[in-house]
Amino acid sequence: MSDVAADAANPPLLPRSRTDWLPLILVPVLALAVLPLIGDVSSWVTLTIAGLAMGMMIFLMASGLTLVFGLMDIINFGHGVFISLGAYATLLVLGPLAGWASANSVALNLALLLLCIVVAMVLTGLVGAVFERVIVRPVYGNHLKQILVTMGGLIVTEQAIHAIWGASPIPIPLPETLRGAFVLGDIVMERYRVVAIGIGLLVFAAMQLLLNRTRIGLLIRAGVENPEMVEALGYRIRRLFVSVFVAGSALAGLGGVMWAFYRQTLTAGMGMEVMVLVFIVIIIGGLGSVGGCFVGSVLVALVANYVGFLAPKLALISNILVMALVLIWRPQGLFPVARR
Amino acid sequence: MTRISNSAKFDETRRQGPAIWLLSSDTPRSLLLSLILIGIVACLFAAPFVFSGSQPLSTAAKICVFVLLVASYDLLLGYTGIVSFAHTMFFGIGGYGIAIALERLGASWESVAIGLVSALALSAVLAAIIGLLSLRVRAIFFSMITLAVASAAAVLASQLSTITGGEDGLSFQLPAELRPAFRPLADPILGVTINGRILAYYLIFVVTVVIFLILLRIVNSPFGRVLQAIRENEFRAEALGYRVVAYRTAASVISALAATVAGALMALWLRYNGPDTTLSFSIMIDILLMVVIGGMGTLYGAIIGATLFVLAQSYLQILMGLGSTALAGIPLLPDLIHPDRWLLWLGALFIVSVYAFPGGIVGHLRRNRSP
Repeated sequence: MSDVAADAANPPLLPRSRTDWLPLILVPVLALAVLPLIGDVSSWVTLTIAGLAMGMMIFLMASGLTLVFGLMDIINFGHGVFISLGAYATLLVLGPLAGWASANSVALNLALLLLCIVVAMVLTGLVGAVFERVIVRPVYGNHLKQILVTMGGLIVTEQAIHAIWGASPIPIPLPETLRGAFVLGDIVMERYRVVAIGIGLLVFAAMQLLLNRTRIGLLIRAGVENPEMVEALGYRIRRLFVSVFVAGSALAGLGGVMWAFYRQTLTAGMGMEVMVLVFIVIIIGGLGSVGGCFVGSVLVALVANYVGFLAPKLALISNILVMALVLIWRPQGLFPVARR
Repeated sequence: MTRISNSAKFDETRRQGPAIWLLSSDTPRSLLLSLILIGIVACLFAAPFVFSGSQPLSTAAKICVFVLLVASYDLLLGYTGIVSFAHTMFFGIGGYGIAIALERLGASWESVAIGLVSALALSAVLAAIIGLLSLRVRAIFFSMITLAVASAAAVLASQLSTITGGEDGLSFQLPAELRPAFRPLADPILGVTINGRILAYYLIFVVTVVIFLILLRIVNSPFGRVLQAIRENEFRAEALGYRVVAYRTAASVISALAATVAGALMALWLRYNGPDTTLSFSIMIDILLMVVIGGMGTLYGAIIGATLFVLAQSYLQILMGLGSTALAGIPLLPDLIHPDRWLLWLGALFIVSVYAFPGGIVGHLRRNRSP
């Protein structure tokens, strides 16, 4: 007993967990490997930037889903509707503040984008809380019913979007200073893509910090490994579940805003369209792994861009090919979560 | 012990007559349900004579095709307990098989046969591959992978426009016997002139009935019982010595074949096939709605679900239009019952069904009879 107390006061060094470098190296190696194939450095940089931006947006949309799955063993097929909802939430901001979008000021434009993101995250977070309570809670532990009932939630919410904002596609303008591209010598980088990469990296860094350096992150990671044990130690895992679900929905809303400005058109089905990519990404990353989701997103988006440039015909199925190859290499995904 | 009782049951059903034998002893088991089913089948059978005009006949044909499609999906979802989102892919393969064959090889019955057989072969191979590769993993993986595969198939179909006609799809001529101008009989029957269109309808009707009965036979065979055992408890079924992967793969192949036939029938009726009529994700959602609302795990649910859904699709909108205009002026309410929002209400019904009536309408009717 006293030994334990002494250990707690002066914990012995735990063996450091080994970082799995292979999947991390894979992405830069792949990017460098295609350079000779593309031949031209400036188009390679353009393609890589475009791929990274795409990857970041997919990561934003997918990270919430994989976290929710990892912690609660819930797969939310209605996740896509939060993406659409986040995208439509931009209308709430763009309507009254249209002047900010057309103003030729970087500060105002970025503030507008930030405001859109905040509003979208609050809205999707709230809807996520309702969704969890009404749709998901009764079916914990039953995958078949989860798939069905979240599909039902998807249908209803998508139709509700139609009822509120109308069924026809809505064009939205990209803020003035985010249009166009930076030109450095031969290299052309679209401004919005650079912004998307910045926001994506920021969110990823924040998530990593939260998950690895804070108490709540510790609890979430512990919950992913073994929820019963966390509960037995006296933590209310349910509260953790709900907050992670809300956070996951809010992240989807954030991704939705970025995706909406990227496409510059709103449709209620836009979330579901991108869900296919999201599912591929979280399967590649390993269900439940945020880091894997990040690597998977970047991998899929880069491959899609390179293949689209090198062999346009093949681009249609490049995502499926990447998934198949990764699953042959690591059947549980790049970073398998231990419990599953 | 079980074997004896099974054979005793079999003898008993033989004595009960051909109707019960046709239904593989799996009768509706509820008076109200039987009456509804008989009513639906009678209406479908008599549709060309009872309803005038082409619109009701098209609705009836659509109901037939969807009954087949939904019944085949129920074999997967309701009986085997796996959620596949690739069902529309097989539906589409059937449609494109017929469309491509008839467009390229000319409007003959040989083309129909060639198209159908090659579509069936392709579906069987694809279903077996998908099943063997991904049915080993957990249900969620399978669902997500089939979703990805189905979307890839839809993209392929719309991009390979030299073969599939791209977004526009393919229009084609039917064999002469199925064209509206074909008149096999000089005199009208019951006041209706029999033409190729009506023959085409009866072709669809008969094929649907035959395959439905075959599916009914399959789910009530020992094979079907194993599928249900897998649905209830996979590990137990495995422990009893059944190879779960083999059974699941077989179920998905059978289901894919039936869906392919349904797709072929759809193309034959529409004389057209394109991404929107057979491959789109919204059809997949429609199928899910029909299966769950009708009743999972009972093929009769497919009849009820498909009929209800197609009728709602065609006629509920009119009703909602009336309600919407009546409520004009109140904020949001008219939007919620706007004719285009019929899916909203079916979606809500879907969620309620999953929670409150896991057996759908059929399960509910059966439970009422014997509590």
